[in-house]
Amino acid sequence: MRYSDFSIGILVTLSVFFVSVCFGTFIGLTAAGTSLSRSATLRQLAAGYVSVIRGVPELLIILVVFFGGTAGLSAIAGRYVEVNAFAAGAAALTIVFGGYAAEIFRGAIMAIPRGQTEAALALGLPRLHRWMLVIVPQMLPLALPAYGNLCISLIKDTALVSIVGLSDIMRVAYVGAGSNRAPLPYFLAASAIYLALTSIALLSFTILERKFDYRGRQR
Amino acid sequence: MNLDAFREAIMLLPTGLVLTAGLTVAPLLVAFIVSLPLALVRTAKGTLSSSIVLGYTYIFRGTPLMVQLFLIYYGLGQLALVRNSFLWPVFREPLWCALIAFTLNSAAHTTEIFRGGFLAVPKGPIEAAKALGLTRLQTLCFVTYPLMIRTVFPAYINEVIGMLKATSVASTITILEVTGLSRQLVSATFAPYEVFVVAGAIYLATTLSITWLARAIERGLSPIVRH
Repeated sequence: MRYSDFSIGILVTLSVFFVSVCFGTFIGLTAAGTSLSRSATLRQLAAGYVSVIRGVPELLIILVVFFGGTAGLSAIAGRYVEVNAFAAGAAALTIVFGGYAAEIFRGAIMAIPRGQTEAALALGLPRLHRWMLVIVPQMLPLALPAYGNLCISLIKDTALVSIVGLSDIMRVAYVGAGSNRAPLPYFLAASAIYLALTSIALLSFTILERKFDYRGRQR
Repeated sequence: MNLDAFREAIMLLPTGLVLTAGLTVAPLLVAFIVSLPLALVRTAKGTLSSSIVLGYTYIFRGTPLMVQLFLIYYGLGQLALVRNSFLWPVFREPLWCALIAFTLNSAAHTTEIFRGGFLAVPKGPIEAAKALGLTRLQTLCFVTYPLMIRTVFPAYINEVIGMLKATSVASTITILEVTGLSRQLVSATFAPYEVFVVAGAIYLATTLSITWLARAIERGLSPIVRH
């Protein structure tokens, strides 16, 4: 284990992050739409998903997906099959990210004046166009600050996937610390890398927010 | 469905709640007390002490809790300075390390929450206090603090729930709280669904209770009397 192994760790962490953000945002949008639907059953389903995610530790969700997936696959295959650590980690973080994103998107959608949806209905826009052309573009700037915070939390949460054996930054530091008997420099290096990643994310979202701040453009 | 594992989980896992609760409450209490002055320092812009506190909160909010925990538990023990000092019995124990890491992490978050609250306190009541002849300390204790606490209450409850969930990370340094116990039980029985579902239900019940309690307190804190 050398310090250069951190470059692989960074790649793994970033891959987990981007996969979870992409799928998680999609799930969040779907769940937010579901939580605003007319069917009470669908609304309750979305609310249940969100409160379970908010109430259960991320680490436990990662463990459930990894060990639960392994048990499920083994039962199907009839022998011990271990779930891919990357797939399990990314899936777990996607589920977590989706739950929090759903709440953010729901709040942002509710903040859009009702007249906008009504105008879209009056123009005869089909449901998909109503969402993609009217609601989502107005909702995104409103959701951006909270969404940025969520992404920064996700970067930190990716450290938890090292528990299931994925060689992310945290795992590289842990293995390096053990094999070289030098925990302090390895974990300090990991901290510095995580701090750099969250700083980059913070800076990017500050720039994005300034660009999309339509409150400044109103008058 | 492995009923034996399920039954064993229901019997065993709630015993971990004592540790989980302790790991949640103790750091939160210390962090709450420490954060009040730290947040005040943070509101004074441009001073050196404000920048130092900002540096602290920025680092602890910008890195994963797990890294902080490992730095304290595995990292500090490498230093001969720590190993030979009177502090070694503290840093040798995983429980103490977890308490220290959680407190440092929670204080960083709480400081920033309180800082936002202090900035949101309107000028009027403070001027009124000054006009009434209250000293600075009196104004702080009887006007600014209560108003700040009321503003930040929902955000602070999120921090409480976040801390409760974060205690599961303590299982990575061999602490047998709810998550630690369930991981141990899963490796013994290999019944992950049964065990983790029980663990999840325990966490969910706790966080939901906190949410309900918080809602009741919030109603009491609200200046508008609701019927």
